[in-house]
Amino acid sequence: MNPVLLAVLVLSGLAAFLALLLVVAEKKLVASGPAKVTINDAEPKEVAGGESLLATLKGQDIFIPSACGGRGSCGLCKVKIHEGGGPLLPTETPHLSEQEIADNVRLSCQVKVQRDLRLTIPPQLLEIEEYPVRVESIQDVTYDTRKVRFAFREKADFSFRAGMYVQVETPIYDGLAEPVYRAYSIASPPSEQRFLDLIIRKVPRGICTTYVHELLLPGDRLKINGPYGDFYLRDTSAEAVFIAGGSGLAPFEAILADMAERKIEKRVTLFFGAVSRRDLYDQELMADFEEKVPGFRAVPALSRPAPEDSWEGETGLITEVVARSYESMEGMEGYLCGSPGMIDACIKVLTDKGIPEEKIYFDKFS
Amino acid sequence: MVETGAFTIFVASIFINNILLANFLGMCSFLAVSKEIKTASGLGMAVIFVMTLTSGLNYLVYQWLLIPTGLEYLQYIAFIVVIAATVQLVEMIIGKVSPVLYYALGIFLPLITVNCAILGVSLFMVIRQYSFLQSLAYGAGSGVGWCLAILAMAGLRQKMKRSRVHPALEGPGITVLIAGVMALAFIGFSGMVAM
Repeated sequence: MNPVLLAVLVLSGLAAFLALLLVVAEKKLVASGPAKVTINDAEPKEVAGGESLLATLKGQDIFIPSACGGRGSCGLCKVKIHEGGGPLLPTETPHLSEQEIADNVRLSCQVKVQRDLRLTIPPQLLEIEEYPVRVESIQDVTYDTRKVRFAFREKADFSFRAGMYVQVETPIYDGLAEPVYRAYSIASPPSEQRFLDLIIRKVPRGICTTYVHELLLPGDRLKINGPYGDFYLRDTSAEAVFIAGGSGLAPFEAILADMAERKIEKRVTLFFGAVSRRDLYDQELMADFEEKVPGFRAVPALSRPAPEDSWEGETGLITEVVARSYESMEGMEGYLCGSPGMIDACIKVLTDKGIPEEKIYFDKFS
Repeated sequence: MVETGAFTIFVASIFINNILLANFLGMCSFLAVSKEIKTASGLGMAVIFVMTLTSGLNYLVYQWLLIPTGLEYLQYIAFIVVIAATVQLVEMIIGKVSPVLYYALGIFLPLITVNCAILGVSLFMVIRQYSFLQSLAYGAGSGVGWCLAILAMAGLRQKMKRSRVHPALEGPGITVLIAGVMALAFIGFSGMVAM
């Protein structure tokens, strides 16, 4: 036989045999058949196996909160799995306390649906729904931050507490394998029934933020689901300090608008940390709140004001500014929204100044 | 055929003819993943596993497929194909059988597909005309030797976190120097056993 032909034949034969072996192995080992999921002891539901529990539940219109979109980094998508979850994975342990591990709490994004499952989901999560929305307007509030107004396409019965967040489904674009979900705090007040405002800052190579900043146009149709979160103004008379960084101003805008409308009296100081003047936004809105909300004061602070800023306000890292502003913060409450690094640094400052950890509330989207 | 016993080959390929320190194969992942003992041991285990398995499989492919068809010159490409498929298969099996082990080794397995030490073992096995048992011993020994070397390096690098390295040599620079010194120690054994 022709040696070239023989070489080609033998090698392709070998490759084909191995490929066949892999296909068979994948069928037998990876893709598992349908499984039954029993939620809160209700009627079991038949689902296709193989995907993560988070994605499977989403397919069943059950929306578990997840800020990172299933990468196992935010630790929000906790559910109790009584049967069929398999062993606890090393990717989950950093997010679970010893008590939670004892209670069979798992991260639903890390658990693969491979056999019948029995789980408990808090009833309020079953009420979270998906809403079709249309982009009504896009406003550039700084060079890298946009405020996007999403109008409900159908008359929606969307009620939330000021400070909560929603997840935006990024449609498939540019080789994205599946839709991804990212969490954003709602900046508009709960009284606004027609639309939602979200503040979205561009993250380098961020999947959703790139989409919003480069492809999203008014009139585009998307889906959001929510509301999620337990970040809302506590109904106490204690003085509060709000600390926001970057796009973290959003929930505070909703809370302050809500306070103005409902005439809630509480002493509140908002510290808004930015790098230079070009990173500040919505300052007129803050001035407006200072008039409408008795006891409210806004303190913008720049960490590195540019020379042309002619900045006369507070300078320094937001943590330094807060630490400098109070002798002691005993009896106060802390509300934080921003990057995980900023939140961790702020928690340290606030606890050092005398606020107990259970009085510090935050949403950490990582 | 070489007369050396399989166990001798096993021990010799760990200490005397260490695939990493005597032949300098598999350097890229050795330099990249030797920052911490934990990850280094994960990769080391995966290498032991895959090396043993692929040296055996490649022996069979070479003896039963390439020699009868007179296509020995295709060994490089055939071995790579077998290694890639084996790694995929192993990944699936581990994922099914032990999710915990999968998460410990999982991210390292694809890295190994392109690890030249794995291919090197298969090629040496052919050059040295080992038998099936000798090939398995050589594969396992080389894997253990590679694991040992990366663990030693990771231990050193963890200790070195506190030492002041000249900025020009930080990272891979100093690592290559240390690897050289380690290799010197191993070269001291060379020639003790004919492989």
